Amino acid sequence: MAAPRFRPVAEHGLLVEFGEGVDTGLHRQVMALDAALNAAPPPAMIETVPGNACLLVRFDCLATDHAGMEAAIRQHLGRGASELPAGRLREIAVCYDAPFAPDLETVAAKTGQSREAVISTHLLGEYEVFLYGFAPGYAYLTGVPETIRLPRKSAAIRDIPAGSVLIAASQCIVSTLKMPTGWWVIGRSPTRVLTADSDRPFLFDPGDRVRFRRIRHDDPEMRHV
Amino acid sequence: MSEARLLVRFAGPHVSIQDAGRPGWARFGVPQSGAMDRLALRAANAALGNPPDAPVIEISRGGLQIGCEAGEIGFALAGGGFMLEHAGKHPGSWSRGILRAGESLAIRPGYWGNWCCLAFAGRLSLRQWLGSVATHGPSGLGGGILVAGTRLDFDQIRQQPDLAPRFPCPVLARPRQVLRVTQGPQERYFPAEALRELYEGPWRVTSAADRMGTRLRGPAIAPRAPLDMASEPLARGSVQVAGDGVATILTADHQTTGGYPRIATVLDCDLDAFAQTAPGRIVAFEPVLATEAVSLARLRQVAIARYLAGLSQVFR
Repeated sequence: MAAPRFRPVAEHGLLVEFGEGVDTGLHRQVMALDAALNAAPPPAMIETVPGNACLLVRFDCLATDHAGMEAAIRQHLGRGASELPAGRLREIAVCYDAPFAPDLETVAAKTGQSREAVISTHLLGEYEVFLYGFAPGYAYLTGVPETIRLPRKSAAIRDIPAGSVLIAASQCIVSTLKMPTGWWVIGRSPTRVLTADSDRPFLFDPGDRVRFRRIRHDDPEMRHV
Repeated sequence: MSEARLLVRFAGPHVSIQDAGRPGWARFGVPQSGAMDRLALRAANAALGNPPDAPVIEISRGGLQIGCEAGEIGFALAGGGFMLEHAGKHPGSWSRGILRAGESLAIRPGYWGNWCCLAFAGRLSLRQWLGSVATHGPSGLGGGILVAGTRLDFDQIRQQPDLAPRFPCPVLARPRQVLRVTQGPQERYFPAEALRELYEGPWRVTSAADRMGTRLRGPAIAPRAPLDMASEPLARGSVQVAGDGVATILTADHQTTGGYPRIATVLDCDLDAFAQTAPGRIVAFEPVLATEAVSLARLRQVAIARYLAGLSQVFR
């Protein structure tokens, strides 16, 4: 395990880089440091933001500086990625029926298989919440199986509804707001990732595992969609 | 305690409720948000004896017209050089007064500045989201975006002491032409010429700007191909460069992670002043070390504290 690099981010941040790319081993190191820092936050730490292979640590620069924060972070390094508890398992219902899956046909055609094959492959994937990004509640779930991976569309499509199940390359997102996206829309979920519950406003924590469960358009769960 | 009711008659785009924002939620994709010019937020509040981070209406160059339907309430406007029309007078930014039933405030862009903050000497009941009423522009979550017809109800209105109508605009609140940056953190994605061009410029502020970011026009500093950076976390002030070489400075409502490399990061202590730099103006990037960045931030903080203490003196 290589030592991470520390890079200053303006006067109030340090980016701790474990490597580059989307990789489970690197991401476990990110999550291990994230867990250690949040279990015993160093003085003046404001927040940590996990990425794929990096952790951003923001701090109050009136109370400490980059050298002080780096020293504090180093004390939490190497405290066992192996001890990192497995994230909780979350189940997400998905409806792949029309009109909720406008890109399913194209994904099937581009990957040379039937719609049903794309659906069963998507359901077989074991996903992990690597990070949030793009917009509030957009959790990047890594684990889309190889045979249904496609690069993003060349241009974004406007006004994709909240709850859309999107895929691009190895990642899957259940969208939370009506937004433009260049990802492939293969279904709709009635599950809210961004919830109205003020105690638990987001369904996932980074590190959680996710499994999808198929429902049909006439399922009672879809009534609110 | 008296009450007052205000009605928005006209609001341009990006006019919203803001406070100091909600730090600590970036891990869930939620940026801090809050006022684009945090000094203007604190100045407008201090000018009325409010807590420094009390909710305000943040007004873009689109402008705002707001009328008082009932009651009366003290107000203060800070940030930029906006025009303000009230009761037949034209006091502008950095002024305060009392808005009475039947009167209105009309705020329009003036000689300089992109954003101003309108504070009131009373409590506004607002929708909180994650511990703050700051509006996240792209989703509208938080206190909300103001449109014609929005009603604002105040209670707990405080009587104002006899105050001078003008309060000083500090030099600190002026636009900045030189933006201090720390290099990277993803400068390795760029050829050496791109880094040289970043510091040579020239860079022009464009009108492609909102609360998420401001696009710049300048030399093409495209990252090396192929571009396959994984999404990594980023901070307010990031200078993000898309595949076509166009640079954007990310601001209050920035994405929390992104797959375009950041060639540099503007110091947070320069971002309030950058927020007031008008489209068409030239800016330059100046690299500083992390230790210098911290010193600059602390110096500015001392100067701001001194200015705000001066404003609050009359309320002690």
